[in-house]
Amino acid sequence: MSALLEIDGLGIAFGGITAVDDVSFAVRAGEIVSVIGPNGAGKTTLFNMISGLYRPSQGKVRLEGAEITAMEPHLLARRGLSRTFQNLQVFGEMTLLENVMVGHHLREKAGVLSDLLGLPASRQKTRASAESALALLARVGLEKAAYRAARTMSYGALKRLEIARALALAPKILLLDEPAAGCNAVETEEIDRLIAEIARAGVAILLVEHDMKLVMKISAHLVVLDHGRKIAEGAPAEVARDPQVIAAYLGQHGQEQVLHAEG
Amino acid sequence: MADLLQFLMSGLTVGAVYALLALGFTIIFNASGVVNFAQGEFVMLGGMGTAFAIAAGLPVPLAALLAILGTAAVGVALNRLAIAPARGAPVVSLIIITIGAAIFLQGAAGLLFDKQIHRYPGFSGEAPLRLAGATLLPQSLWVMAGAALTFAALWLFFTRTLTGKAVLATANNPLAASLVGINTKAIMALSFGLSAAIGAVAGVLVTPITMTAYNTGVALALSGFAAAMLGGLGNPLGALAGGLLLGVLEALTAGYVSSQYKDAVSFILIILVLALMPQGLLGRKTTDRV
Amino acid sequence: MKPKHLSLLVLTLLVVAAPFFFPSGFYYRIGALIFINAIAVTGLVILIGYAGQISLGHAGFAGIGAYACALAPEHLGLPPVAAILLGTALSAALAWLVGKPILRLHGYYLGVATLGLGILISMVLSNEAQWTGGPDGIAVPDLGLRGLLRDLGWRIGAGELWYGLAGTVMILGAWLALNLFDSPTGRALRALHGSEVAARTMGIDVARHKLHAFVVSAVYASVSGSLLALMNRLITPDVAGFMHSVQMVTMAVLGGVGSVLGAIFGATILTALPQLLTVFHQYEHMVLGLVMILVMIFLPDGLLPSLMKRLRGRDGE
Ligand SMILES: Nc1ncnc2c1ncn2[C@@H]1O[C@H](COP(=O)(O)OP(=O)(O)O)[C@@H](O)[C@H]1O
Ligand SMILES: [Mg+2]
Repeated sequence: MSALLEIDGLGIAFGGITAVDDVSFAVRAGEIVSVIGPNGAGKTTLFNMISGLYRPSQGKVRLEGAEITAMEPHLLARRGLSRTFQNLQVFGEMTLLENVMVGHHLREKAGVLSDLLGLPASRQKTRASAESALALLARVGLEKAAYRAARTMSYGALKRLEIARALALAPKILLLDEPAAGCNAVETEEIDRLIAEIARAGVAILLVEHDMKLVMKISAHLVVLDHGRKIAEGAPAEVARDPQVIAAYLGQHGQEQVLHAEG
Repeated sequence: MADLLQFLMSGLTVGAVYALLALGFTIIFNASGVVNFAQGEFVMLGGMGTAFAIAAGLPVPLAALLAILGTAAVGVALNRLAIAPARGAPVVSLIIITIGAAIFLQGAAGLLFDKQIHRYPGFSGEAPLRLAGATLLPQSLWVMAGAALTFAALWLFFTRTLTGKAVLATANNPLAASLVGINTKAIMALSFGLSAAIGAVAGVLVTPITMTAYNTGVALALSGFAAAMLGGLGNPLGALAGGLLLGVLEALTAGYVSSQYKDAVSFILIILVLALMPQGLLGRKTTDRV
Repeated sequence: MKPKHLSLLVLTLLVVAAPFFFPSGFYYRIGALIFINAIAVTGLVILIGYAGQISLGHAGFAGIGAYACALAPEHLGLPPVAAILLGTALSAALAWLVGKPILRLHGYYLGVATLGLGILISMVLSNEAQWTGGPDGIAVPDLGLRGLLRDLGWRIGAGELWYGLAGTVMILGAWLALNLFDSPTGRALRALHGSEVAARTMGIDVARHKLHAFVVSAVYASVSGSLLALMNRLITPDVAGFMHSVQMVTMAVLGGVGSVLGAIFGATILTALPQLLTVFHQYEHMVLGLVMILVMIFLPDGLLPSLMKRLRGRDGE
């Protein structure tokens, strides 16, 4: 019961090919746990199963002791699970402010009729969401662009926007899938600072990130995936010494960075 | 019993037409990812073209050939002028474009030909054949044989010829195909031309039985799509199975329930299939990538 | 002034001012027809523009609204106003029932399913001739408003009356749709349009919201159909037909399906053209088809938003 999120033997196959196989670990309240592994190891797929987008073919997920395996994502949001996406999923035609306001959806419901008629209940909720969304945008340094359409913004800005939007849910646990991928050095630093700040506020974080320096520095716990299987787990310093990890992950990771540089 | 046989035979005749329609959908869908709502117009153009060419005094085989080639040209033009310029557009835009093409072709046919109902005599006469108490128009045999031949020819084309294999490769992975030197633009044009020609063949064959008019395309497209979906969109064999099944179900509904509501069968099937098994009878299950 | 209020002001001014430029009384009827179409198209703005869900069968709901006004007064003894409400209730109920399974579908599948729904409704209206009069249509009773006004001492022509009535309902509809845009529900709809996955993870019950958009837009179509029937006093199954559905979608995308004013602009052009240019009638299908293709390729945002962008210059970026 001490764990906030428990992953228990989780696995999934696509058309007979196993993408994730029998992965177990736990995240405690307020803790940062990082999942690392080469491209295609199954990290995103794992996130998709935890957040209810994919239905696992084996295993269980528990949040605060209650089983949430394959639960609808919007119900998971109610229970305090929030996430960002490796491949941006922003609402391109909406302003940055509106993007974050969507994160307040669960708190701003007033009913369709009230919304159609523009009743005070609806208008008041819109005002409240806007206020708190503006504060969140300020927290990620985007308040100046609040009224611009998301599709006009740079990649790095949208990465931060996704974090602000995910925070709007006031989550207990936040899943960040490569939040700094594709960002420049300044933006990466900004995101590092943000992650540390979120964790200090008591939100548990499950992180996928390729920036090893960052991962080693902020994680309480590391989980290493390779070919869909967990090959190591433990404190960062321990895991970094694991010969299997060095062989499977770090070797390939070097190649991958070359690829990133080319792309 | 004779009733049942009768319904089965008329069902298989219509089903063969649906199978050809579904095959046309499948070819375009595999090549471009577009569901072409103008597919039914190809059938209409094949029938109307043949009817007018015959009326103008051409012999039947020449009239049919002309109609099929003309329709194929329309298919190529459709791709060139309306689909290719909208590459990468959202699905809703592509739906509106192909619906627009359907309406445009319908209007053009109404002007170019006329707004009357047309037919021409069956290729082997009109005297019905008797078979175990049921009657069968000789043209029905033409339809079924024509569909069977078309499917067989396409199967040979896709498995035995280099061009056919290039089409399949493009369908599987356009990027890889263009990297190995396949001209994917030409493949796209070929797919639209082929698909339109197949639709026209169906129109040429079935018009003596069902008759045709400038505005028959949309309902045909709906049935063809239902057939394609029933078999699993993108699968040629599924198109065949789905087409025949839909044809027979419609005929049974017309025979035992109500002939006015036989067209409702497609719609109800679409809903049922999509609700119960979105991947169709022969399709494979997939998960949307995130 | 907020954009919402500006839009409503512009709309109201146009409706009020237009009659001063009418060369003849005939134009009131064209105006009323424009407004009636605009009502249905505003519903599609909510469904297609906000929520990003296509419907190729919304004329079916217009058919239900229209035939409710033709049949309910005769068979149920309802006054025509109550028949309008009955029509909207039936349309909403059907949209809700059918929407549940079909709104799980995406893209092409949803297009085909809605297309089939529309065809099915028009099929019923043509086939059940003992009730509906079949393909030749059926007479619709008088709304009775003119008589009422006359008794109150206000004589007003039928054209003027329908112009005012349809214009009022259209402005009301636009007001509701504009309220929705900037409300929690409107943001949820636009969010699921932008990214369904992200919307779901933000706590949005996507199925429910799509259903709401579908039902609301069906109500708009139904009201539009009712008004059309009551104005023309005669209705045929064409009101529910595929071509009518396509016209609605074309009006919406031509003007700009993302904006209420844009869609009303589209309705104005495509309603007025065939009425004013009789040659147009012969080419109506071809023109509609061409408009659909060309707009999607060259002006995917629609005429009005593209024009506005042009006028405002670069500051949109
Ligand atoms: N929806 C899907 N359908 C089929 N295969 C998938 C799907 N999602 C992921 N995969 C496969 O699962 C494997 C793991 O992918 P992913 O989780 O994205 O890796 P990572 O995030 O670690 O880079 C890959 O081989 C990928 O192709
Ligand atoms: Mg990944």
